[in-house]
Parts: sequence; structure tokens; C-alpha cells
Amino acid sequence: MAEEFLRIENLVKTFGTNTVVKGANLSFNRGEFISLLGPSGCGKTTILRMIAGFERPTSGTILVEGKDITPLQPNQRKVGMVFQAYALFPNMNVADNVAFGLKIAGMPAEQRRARVEEMLNLIGLPAATYGSRFPFEMSGGQQQRVALARALAPKPRMLLLDEPLSALDAKIRVSLRQEIRAIQRDLGVTTIFVTHDQEEALSISDRIVVMSAGNVEQFDTPFQVYNKPATKFVATFVGTLNTLHATIVNASDRSVSVDGQVFRVADLPGGATNNAPLSLTMRPEAVSLGKPNGQDVVLNGKVSEVSFLGSVIRLKVDLGNNSLSLDTFNDTHTPPPGLDQPVQVSLNSSDILILPN
Amino acid sequence: MKSAKLWSWVIFAIGVLYFLGPLLATVQFSLSIRRTGYSLDAYTNVLQSPVFQQTFLYSLTVGIAAIIVGLVIVVPAAYFVRLRAPQLRPIIEFVTLLPLIIPPIILVFGYIRLYNSSSILPLTNTDIGTNILLTLAYVALALPYMYRAVDTGLRTIDVQTLTEAANILGANTPTILLRVIFPNIIVAVLSGAFLTLAIVIGEFTMASLLNRQAFGVYMQNVGANRAFEPAALAVISFVITWAAMGAIQLLARFAPKTQRI
Repeated sequence: MAEEFLRIENLVKTFGTNTVVKGANLSFNRGEFISLLGPSGCGKTTILRMIAGFERPTSGTILVEGKDITPLQPNQRKVGMVFQAYALFPNMNVADNVAFGLKIAGMPAEQRRARVEEMLNLIGLPAATYGSRFPFEMSGGQQQRVALARALAPKPRMLLLDEPLSALDAKIRVSLRQEIRAIQRDLGVTTIFVTHDQEEALSISDRIVVMSAGNVEQFDTPFQVYNKPATKFVATFVGTLNTLHATIVNASDRSVSVDGQVFRVADLPGGATNNAPLSLTMRPEAVSLGKPNGQDVVLNGKVSEVSFLGSVIRLKVDLGNNSLSLDTFNDTHTPPPGLDQPVQVSLNSSDILILPN
Repeated sequence: MKSAKLWSWVIFAIGVLYFLGPLLATVQFSLSIRRTGYSLDAYTNVLQSPVFQQTFLYSLTVGIAAIIVGLVIVVPAAYFVRLRAPQLRPIIEFVTLLPLIIPPIILVFGYIRLYNSSSILPLTNTDIGTNILLTLAYVALALPYMYRAVDTGLRTIDVQTLTEAANILGANTPTILLRVIFPNIIVAVLSGAFLTLAIVIGEFTMASLLNRQAFGVYMQNVGANRAFEPAALAVISFVITWAAMGAIQLLARFAPKTQRI
């Protein structure tokens, strides 16, 4: 059983008349890597800043190991933080930047030097080469790694990452996020990572908090968030989603109709009546071209768009009023269907999500 | 094209004549103390005069004291306005401009009324008290330049994020100001400091009415009683001012670099 480390209870934050966090209740375990995911303005950064102590909660508590930290100043919280804008001290070289927190804590010079060396080795920027460089002499990716070393040097009890990769190039973003995750696993430090990039959140988190307009929409593992989204918002924000507008044909045998094609769904929401409209959603990868594995729902349509994405080909199939995106692997021996070609697509009724709005 | 270029040279030449003409005339006059040929006698007279040395040293000391007091007041004030109360900026800017609007003569009479020998705080009773009063008066006089210089320096760095980064690493506000903010605005601080010094060195009104033997008062005395020495003094002041400007440029080169080149 995992040990609870951080607990957020009924956390509310209001700026003027604008409530940006509307009563968050969350519990994170020791050593977990948690992402706060959501569009800009959803309150994820505000939660992080309240944990850091830069914002005071309007109401609610933040407990670390059972103790309320809300009355503490940021410099009393023993928390490490990495900012989007790197925020390295421009007047200090790399070694002095990393040593800053240690110096404040009163660590003797000899130990300090050893710790700085250890941290710089950890992030792959050895002190011998990089220690005396100034921030302006380094690339964005290197600066952000130094910022990570600086945050981790005083052995914080948790690490807060405020969109640390947003200012970097796509390639560096991917390699640095893997590096951050590896270092975090190594040190076992509880980490909270704020991002608006769902791919980033899915790829490195133990669990994800999906937020929208100040509310926590779902808090679960990446697998669950992607495959079993709790709300329509989560389903559309995380990954791509098809939405089909259907009509219930017969509520008792769960048959529905999409553009005149009738099939059965696995489940209907309670109180469904005949002829009522219904939204069916499904992931593009749940839909197959043809009927390769005995799927129980088959639809006919024609190809309206073909996008070649490398290893995957995304097709758009027109069903009448509705259209459906589907992904197929790029098979070198079978070229993709051409435009306007009639095709049959299939899926399992269990992969259809009927989400509350 | 051609005529445009010609005109820019004409305007440049007029500018040179306007600025350098009087200066060259002053230099020429300061060298003409003897009837025949040029000599540096006026300069030796000035530089060897013990009054020159005393008054210059006095003004320099008051100037440095004013810079230190000014920085201790202005840097934290500008920092907090930027960080916590940006809505106060127009008000603060207006207040810091007041010393430019109110003539020094008014200011100094105000000070004398407030701090005279029969007041609650009789600063003018003692020499040291009057020196303190003059220093504080110069802090007020230099406030518009000092505040603007520091504020410009703060604009070039991300005050909020740097403050938060230092804060979360355990630093308190005095440490943040001293170790993070101040070193990063040092160039701006220095230009503010040299401007203060330039103002204080030549200031006459306040020093004279507070009966201080300052450099400005000495210059006025020499100007009233001698012929060639005032010209020499003017040239010396020019050289000092230029040296101060040069020092700003030089120090800027050694200052921490905050931007990518």
C-alpha cells in the first residue's frame, strides 16, 4: 500500500470575482510523478503555486505528511521548483546557481562543492566543463537542466515543475522529459508536473489530474484517463476522439442508428427512450478498416481524407452526416484506399464510450 | 541622396561648433594666465590650493554618502513597487519627479525651517547634524535620476520569477535583494550613482545656504574673485564628469551579463 505524502482538501482560490480553483480534493503518494493537465486558465498552475506558497488559498488546506503547510512561507517549505522561464540567476555561473540553495541552508563549502558536482553529473553537465559557464552561454535545454539540478540540490521533499518544457524545441522536449522522469525515479522524489500537453502528461506520469475551468475532471493513471475518460471534457482533451450523432432505435435491445445504419451498443445511459438523440464516442485506433477480428459493429462509408503520418495512416470516412477518423498501421504491402473509395469499417461495441456532457 | 548626406554633415558641423567652440575657448583662456605664451599656472594654482583639496574631498564624501543612502532607500522601494504594487508606479514616479519641479532654494529653506536650532530635531545646531542634513538633501535632489536608473535596471530582468526562484530555494527578502536583484542591476545602479555624484560635486545653493565648505561654494568663490582660475576649474570639472561617464561604460563591460550575445 502506497504511503500518502501530500493531501489537498477543499482547496479554493479566488482572484477578485474569478474563482480559478473550485474545491480540489487530491491525495498524492510518496515518490509519485503526478501531472496536472488542462488547458490554460484551468487552475493547474494556481494549484502548483499554492503548494509552493506563492499564492495563499482562499480556503482549504494543503497537508504534507499530515501537517498543514498553508501558513508557511515559500522559503520554509523545503520544496524544489523549476520554472518555464528557467529563472537561473544571470549573475552567477552554473556551479553558483546550483550551490545557491545549499549556501542559504548553511552547508560548508567543501560539502557544497561535492554536492554541486554530484548534481551536475546527474544532469549530464559535468562541473569541470560547465561549472564556470554563465546561463547566457548555454542553450535552453542546458539551462533548464541546470535549473533542475538547482532545485534538487538541497534535497527538497517534493519537486514542482511549472511547464518546464514549454519553451524548448520539440526534440529537446522529448529527450528532456525522459531524462526528468529517469532522475525522478532515481531519487524517488514526489513530483508534481504542470503541463497543457496531453502527450507529455501521458508519457511520463504515474497519475494524471485532468482539470478544466477550476474543476478536477479526473484523477487516474494515464491508461485509465485515456481509455476510460470520466467526462466528455477528458475524452476530448486527452487524445483524439470521434463523436457520432446517433438516434436510439429501440431502448430495450440497445439498438441505435447512425445515418440510417443500425447496430447495437453495449450499454445505454439510464432512462434512455426510443428516438432520443445520443452521442457515441470512440478513439480512432478502436476503429479498423474492413472486419479483421470479428468486430460486432460494422459501418459502410467512403473515404474522404487520407493523412499519411509515417508509421500510421489516418483515414477519414464519410458515413453521411457523420464522419469517422480511424488509424491503420502503415503496411508497406497494402497501399491505403484512395479518395472516395467505398469502405467498410468496424469496431467493438465495448469500445464505444457514451459520456455524460 | 547626396544632398541629404551633405546636410547631415552640415548639421553635425553646427553641433560640433556649438558644443566644442565654448569649450575650446575656455581651455585656451585657462592657459593664458601669462602675457606671453601658454602655461598651466592656473591649473597648478587651483590644484595646489588646500581649499580646493578640502572642498573637493568634502563634496566627494557627501556625494558617496548620498549614493549609499539613496541606494538603500531606492532599490528596495523600486523592487517592491515592481513586485507587489505595480499600480503605485505612476504615483511613485510623480513623487520622485518632485525634486526636479521644486527649486533647491525652496527645498533648502524648507529644511532650515524644519530642522533649525529651535525645532524638535535641531540638525543645524551641530556640524555633523548639518552634514547629515546636506546628505539627505542631496538624496532628495538625486532621487529622480536614481529611481529612474534603478527602475530601468529592474525592467531588464524578470524580477518576479527570479524572486520566486530564490525564495523557494530558501532565501528571505534581504538575501534576495542583496544576492540576486542587486548584482543583476549593478550597471543601472552605477549610472544612477555617477549621476548623483555629478550633481552633488557642483551643487551650490544648498551647500551655500547650509554654510558648508563644499566644492560648489568654492567654485563660486573663485569665480567671483579670480580671472583665469575659474576657467581652469571649469575644465577640471569637465574632465571629472567625463571620467565618471567613462567609468560607467567601463564598469558596464565587467558587469554580469544577463542576455545572450
